[in-house]
Amino acid sequence: MSLVNIKIEGHPYQVEAGLTILEAAKRCGYDIPSLCAFNHGECNQGSCRVCLVEATGARGLVASCVYPVSEGMEITISSPKAVQARRISVELLLSNHSAWCQECGKNGSCELLRVAQMTGARVINKAGARTPVTVDELSPSIIRDTSKCILCGRCIARCQNAHGLSVLGFENRGFNTIVGPAENRSFMDSPCILCGQCVSVCPTGALLEKSEIWKIDEAKKAGKYIVVQTAPAVRAALGEEFGMKIGTPVTGKMVAALKRLGFDKVYDTNFGADLTIMEEANELVNRIKNGGVLPMITSCSPGWVNYAEYYYGDQLDHLSSCKSPHEMFGAIVKSYFAEKNGIDPKNIFVVSIMPCTAKKFEKERDQLKNAAGLPDVDCVLTTRELGDLIRRSGINFAKLPDEEFDQDLLGEYTGAGVIFGVTGGVMEAALRTAYHILTGKEHELVKFEQVRGLEGIKEAAIDIDGTTVNVAVAHGMKNAKVLMDEVRAGTSKYTFIEIMGCPGGCVAGGGQPYVKPCFLPNEDIDILDTYKAKRSAALYTEDERQTVRQSHNNTQIQQLYKDYLGEPCGHRAHELLHTTYAARERFN
Amino acid sequence: MIKTPEQLNEKIAACSACLDGKFKGEQGKRAVVLCGGTGCLSSNSAEIREKFQKVIDEKGLHDKVSVNQVGCFGFCSQGPFVKIFPEDTLYRMVKLEDVEEIVEKDLLGGEIVERLLYVDPATGEKVQRQDDINFYKKQHRIALHGCGTIDPENIDEALGFGGYQGLMRALTMTRQEVIDEVLKAGLRGRGGGGFPTGRKWQFAYNEAGDEKYVVCNGDEGDPGAFMDRSILEGNPLAVIEGMVIAGYAIGAKNGYFYVRAEYPVAVRRLRIAIKEAKEIGLLGENILGTGFSFNVHIRLGAGAFVCGEETALLNSIEGKRGMPRPRPPFPAVKGLWQCPTIVNNVETLACVPYILREGWEAFAKYGTEKSKGTKVFALGGKINNVGLVEVPMGTTLRELIYDIGGGIPNGKEFKAIQTGGPSGGCLTKEYLDEPIDFDNLVAKGSMMGSGGAIVMDEDNCMVDVAKFYMEFICDESCGKCTPCRIGTKRMLEILTKITEGKGEPDDITALEELVHVTQNGSLCALGQTAANPVKSTMTHFMDEYLAHINDKKCPAHVCKNLMQYKIVKDSCFGCGMCAKQCPASAISRTDYVAPGKKLAAMEIDPQKCVKCGACMSTCKFKAIIKE
Repeated sequence: MSLVNIKIEGHPYQVEAGLTILEAAKRCGYDIPSLCAFNHGECNQGSCRVCLVEATGARGLVASCVYPVSEGMEITISSPKAVQARRISVELLLSNHSAWCQECGKNGSCELLRVAQMTGARVINKAGARTPVTVDELSPSIIRDTSKCILCGRCIARCQNAHGLSVLGFENRGFNTIVGPAENRSFMDSPCILCGQCVSVCPTGALLEKSEIWKIDEAKKAGKYIVVQTAPAVRAALGEEFGMKIGTPVTGKMVAALKRLGFDKVYDTNFGADLTIMEEANELVNRIKNGGVLPMITSCSPGWVNYAEYYYGDQLDHLSSCKSPHEMFGAIVKSYFAEKNGIDPKNIFVVSIMPCTAKKFEKERDQLKNAAGLPDVDCVLTTRELGDLIRRSGINFAKLPDEEFDQDLLGEYTGAGVIFGVTGGVMEAALRTAYHILTGKEHELVKFEQVRGLEGIKEAAIDIDGTTVNVAVAHGMKNAKVLMDEVRAGTSKYTFIEIMGCPGGCVAGGGQPYVKPCFLPNEDIDILDTYKAKRSAALYTEDERQTVRQSHNNTQIQQLYKDYLGEPCGHRAHELLHTTYAARERFN
Repeated sequence: MIKTPEQLNEKIAACSACLDGKFKGEQGKRAVVLCGGTGCLSSNSAEIREKFQKVIDEKGLHDKVSVNQVGCFGFCSQGPFVKIFPEDTLYRMVKLEDVEEIVEKDLLGGEIVERLLYVDPATGEKVQRQDDINFYKKQHRIALHGCGTIDPENIDEALGFGGYQGLMRALTMTRQEVIDEVLKAGLRGRGGGGFPTGRKWQFAYNEAGDEKYVVCNGDEGDPGAFMDRSILEGNPLAVIEGMVIAGYAIGAKNGYFYVRAEYPVAVRRLRIAIKEAKEIGLLGENILGTGFSFNVHIRLGAGAFVCGEETALLNSIEGKRGMPRPRPPFPAVKGLWQCPTIVNNVETLACVPYILREGWEAFAKYGTEKSKGTKVFALGGKINNVGLVEVPMGTTLRELIYDIGGGIPNGKEFKAIQTGGPSGGCLTKEYLDEPIDFDNLVAKGSMMGSGGAIVMDEDNCMVDVAKFYMEFICDESCGKCTPCRIGTKRMLEILTKITEGKGEPDDITALEELVHVTQNGSLCALGQTAANPVKSTMTHFMDEYLAHINDKKCPAHVCKNLMQYKIVKDSCFGCGMCAKQCPASAISRTDYVAPGKKLAAMEIDPQKCVKCGACMSTCKFKAIIKE
């Protein structure tokens, strides 16, 4: 690594060559206001012009997010010329921006307001016409409101980098430019997988999840029996909503909060995950034994399922027919649980707390309604919405005691269920159980290290009693495409593939708390590189702590099959726990 | 197929002899050439050419008289042009109905059709030959070499007129020697920036990599500018040759022409030239047996002004939205598909064959210390001789406007000249004796740009001019960066407000702030120069701004809300023509009869007047004024 000597505000520093001025300044302890820059140049287009500084050797002012440092460069952040230009850039953005800040879902975490504060921007003499506005509220997952868009392009870059997709792009020209799906369509009429990665990078409220908190109020008013379940990844991140360090597991406090929010039952989706593994591992074994379609691919991630239906509609028979864990859980609540407790399923309202925006869409799928037309799940809240709900109810999260999930009927879970929240987790959990089905023994190691970690595509050859099973794990659709093209070409060497929609898996899902370094003064400056691993570590730790770490050893699961479902993949299980897929046109 | 330099030399000798014979009228033959530039084509020059051919055939002259088109003559306000060789007679503003007379009188009778000759407005004398017309006297053609002389759709004429000699010489030199030649010539980019071409080439040459590209920027977008179009229409092979030389110099194998789709004639001729050059082996694999291969491709632009910005242009070629990329990295390092790329303007590449053919000294002898050679300008606005002119760098604005341009029409007073198109600035009469070169124009608050030169007279309102250019820029902003996207919109809104008489003193401060942020804070040159018209008009014509804002007056009587039409009753003959023309029935008769007049004078009701100006243009007695 070569170093260059620079000066910032007259003070000498040595920094890595090749860094942008913005990054270099950050490392030297300066915080230059910036908007469009995010995640080490992932989307740096130099478009917002909020980070303008003076630098020797350059004409005019330079955008520090894209301009590289060079030997001898002298950088001035505080010159009147630069200060004024940064302020006017922000004023111009504000002059074409919805000013209903108190109504905005980003109130409190808006990067535009932050730079407005930093630069002292006031609109006053810059007011004028507004760009024509589009508000897309048609999708159950994401709302796009162009009146709040500053055209930074982060969402466009994220969609490309995470998925190799360009669902979002710039449209129109000049002052009329907006960001949206092709032809300014709704997300519902575009091949968008609704993963919410764009939401997680948007600096303003232009892209937000569609809140469903109101549905809970309605359910309460209607006197419903409300069952809430939380996905594994939620506990690894919810604390961040309340200022805790990234990677702090808050399972006990989360349960305590939910119990104070008036839910009738607080369960863990991990039970559903264990159930999923029972079904999926058996499905895999059946396919292997009976010459079924291989490789079999997981179907837990609704973002991935959306992608498969849009882009690999001809390969859907590779997908496991298993519903995702929270849907299985919902189906069991409205059947087994209802029966055991003597409650009319119509009066049960199932709420899922998920790290995901695509789950909001998933719960509305026709394939995920029971024979009576009741949806398995009625309401999906993201981790962020749970934060809102807790705040709204006046609960001081940090002061809560640790409490336990409800334990009756559907309360037990294993370490296998916990690790669903990380990439490779479903694979590992499935392998633990598949190994048992095929050999009748427990795998001695429990851990399958080869499928852990944040590499884009991981593969492993697992020896099961002398038979080698090739498996692969991918996250982010860019990586999924590599594996799927092989599948389509018939050259895939794998038996089983796990695919998760979001890069990093559910811990980095589109519904998780925002990781915006500018709002995280107590995190290290490389937090964007480390947060996925930190959240994953919280889940792996919880797995290690469990005494039971294989889904098939969950006694309540065993009881469920014995009392109600019969055999895994049997008739009743099929009716309640399996689903179908359908190819979708990308543009109708 | 031409496979060696010797074969090409033979071909060139034959073509030269043939072209020479045409100009000199060998074997008693005569030639009629017509302007085939877009301007003259829209004045029917193609039909006129067909008619010449038809009449000549009918008269049985086809063995003795040839007819063909050539590129633009440059003097567009006087087109269409017809030129007769060997006499070198130039007829101007020729119409379809003039054809028979020219054939009868001139071609058959040997007599000049006097009424179609150019008349010098100063002396009233008729001028027979092109070179004797004042408009052409101070011009020197390097970039426009061959334009108006050769048939652009016939490669033989291009080869007979110096074509490919520059490349032949280049191929005998090392790559570095070619770059040095261009460096020594002092050639600077003609598209606006004025960056030394040789240095650009050197950067790309120095970059490692097998794949490099030459891109020709033919996305001419300035309103009223058409030098690149005329060059491509008049001598496409010269630009191709320039590109091949550039490709040889930096080690590229492929070149792209990026030409706007609104230039169909240029594109067609370019396609023909590429096809012909390929067919005879002057493009493609192993050119002239040297082992050097070069292929040329055409990409059409959809007419976005920003695609003239080189990084936006590269995005457009790649099939992406035409939005500029941050620099560095510069295209010479990471350009087209991330490969080292040089982007040169059409006019720049058109100068390259000359430099290689004639030697750097021949080029560098023209111009000023830091701006060598010549520059083509599209002269327009309030000027007598509208057209395309190529003058040595260092020519003064006065020479350009008065000697070549023939001055301001109708005896009006010169107010300013806008150079550099919408990104440039205006220069007032105190700058008339400034020599035109890259650095001097910038020093005086304007810029060379691609060579637009719009002359304005006392009837132009400078706030309105600034508004006009801002409208253009605001429309053409790609929308990527904040200062350009929103800043130009806000400037336009303020300028509109001022011209509508709603300006407030604070608007000046607001404009100054917006000028600052767009100029210093925009991403690309389009944004960085977007505020220039506002800045330069505010510098030179603040009095006009203040008159609009404080006195609610437009001194040039252009802004409708701030002016009115008035009938000077003592000049009015009471003919009533104005009232007949008025679409708003705003004019009625008074009972005042001016001394010496028979009918009562008319008057305009300012409440009803829509300020269309129909009355004023109707009045034969100049009794209607603006105030």
